[in-house]
Amino acid sequence: MAVIASTILLATEYRSPRLDSVRTTLSFFIDPLKYLVDLPTVLFQHATDSVSSYSALKKENERLREEQLIHQTRLLKFASLEKENIRLRALLENSFKLGEQVLVAEILSVNMAPYENIVLANKGTRFGVHSKQPVLDANGVVGQVFRALPFSSEIMLITDPNHAIPVQVNRNGLLTIAVGSGKLNQLNLPFLPNNADIRPGDLLITSGLGGTFPPGYPVGVVDDFTPQPNRSFASITATPKAMLDRNRELMIVWSNSTPVPLISKQTVKETDTAAHPDE
Amino acid sequence: MNKDSGLSRIILTIALAMCMRIAPLPGTIALLNPDWVLLALIYWTLALPERVGIFHAWTFGLLTDVLTGRLIGQYALAYSLVIYICLKLHRRLRQFPIVQQGLFIFFCLLLSHLLLFWIKNIQHPSQLQLSFWLPVFTGTLCWPLVYTVLRFIRLA
Repeated sequence: MAVIASTILLATEYRSPRLDSVRTTLSFFIDPLKYLVDLPTVLFQHATDSVSSYSALKKENERLREEQLIHQTRLLKFASLEKENIRLRALLENSFKLGEQVLVAEILSVNMAPYENIVLANKGTRFGVHSKQPVLDANGVVGQVFRALPFSSEIMLITDPNHAIPVQVNRNGLLTIAVGSGKLNQLNLPFLPNNADIRPGDLLITSGLGGTFPPGYPVGVVDDFTPQPNRSFASITATPKAMLDRNRELMIVWSNSTPVPLISKQTVKETDTAAHPDE
Repeated sequence: MNKDSGLSRIILTIALAMCMRIAPLPGTIALLNPDWVLLALIYWTLALPERVGIFHAWTFGLLTDVLTGRLIGQYALAYSLVIYICLKLHRRLRQFPIVQQGLFIFFCLLLSHLLLFWIKNIQHPSQLQLSFWLPVFTGTLCWPLVYTVLRFIRLA
């Protein structure tokens, strides 16, 4: 009987998302265990935080302040660049997407399945997280939400063998797809011909095709390009930009799916003045 | 030992096994991490066959599915089959010396791993490395430990 029941369950879940509610209910029993396993790491961090010396804290504070200053000045430039971009796009009669909301989540140090690059984050549907949301860290794209439970969510990293992400070479706009390799420090680009214009050191950014990932975020850096004359595609590998094995903090992104409507040259001026009424 | 505390002990040990299942271990050791939940379930079936049965195995299997983020029913299927065999053979198994018991455990773990492998391959055919089978061996090696600890807990 149990065999029949589990086979039916397996078949249903394989075909449809109808069992999500069952999973949600069961996760109420299971999620405390995940947090329990994570507890030693959290406690250790607290302990190190509380015994770190005053001078070390002060040094770190100074460093962070400097960093913040640098970022802020860069952001100043960014605002004007964004406006310029909107204007240029308006000239090309193109729409522009903006406005992304982020939620900071933390990785639970839990090992779910050794052969999959899936991590667990401590924010779930209670915070409005849903599946297929892009996840970033301070350096680049981390992955996407694979399954959202009430108190936690499973995040598939871009290096998972079952994950593919549409990317673009930042230098020349060449579009391709980066597939995970199963190793935390390697992405494969299996669909580029031998004569493709790509070289080691090229930055790969998200292209925004496919709709899951917002365009323009760094994904990785090409580190090896080997043409294979006897095959139709070259062998290209890249290193992810995000610190997949080191970071504990992640950002879950809500990208604004409705683009800013097409604007004519006239309305650009209007929106500019509307955006800065104080000028 | 009264009935109530017995059940709570079983649930507690299996919860502990689940924690060990998802414990964050460094790279290579993570590949060796055996299926603690199944080992604990096997022990309790052999020790208290009238209390722990296929229903428990199935329920804890479902919970393990959610725990490790698999298709629901995968571990439930594997665990209930293994526990069915254990229930059928528990009288004989109790008489076995530890080595022979270990051999039986090896086949139990292998069976459950085979089922998981098979389901995974239906889902998306992927080449798994040979190290996928390592937890079967480490599980067998861990059996005497699990046996002693759980026996201590049962008789305490």
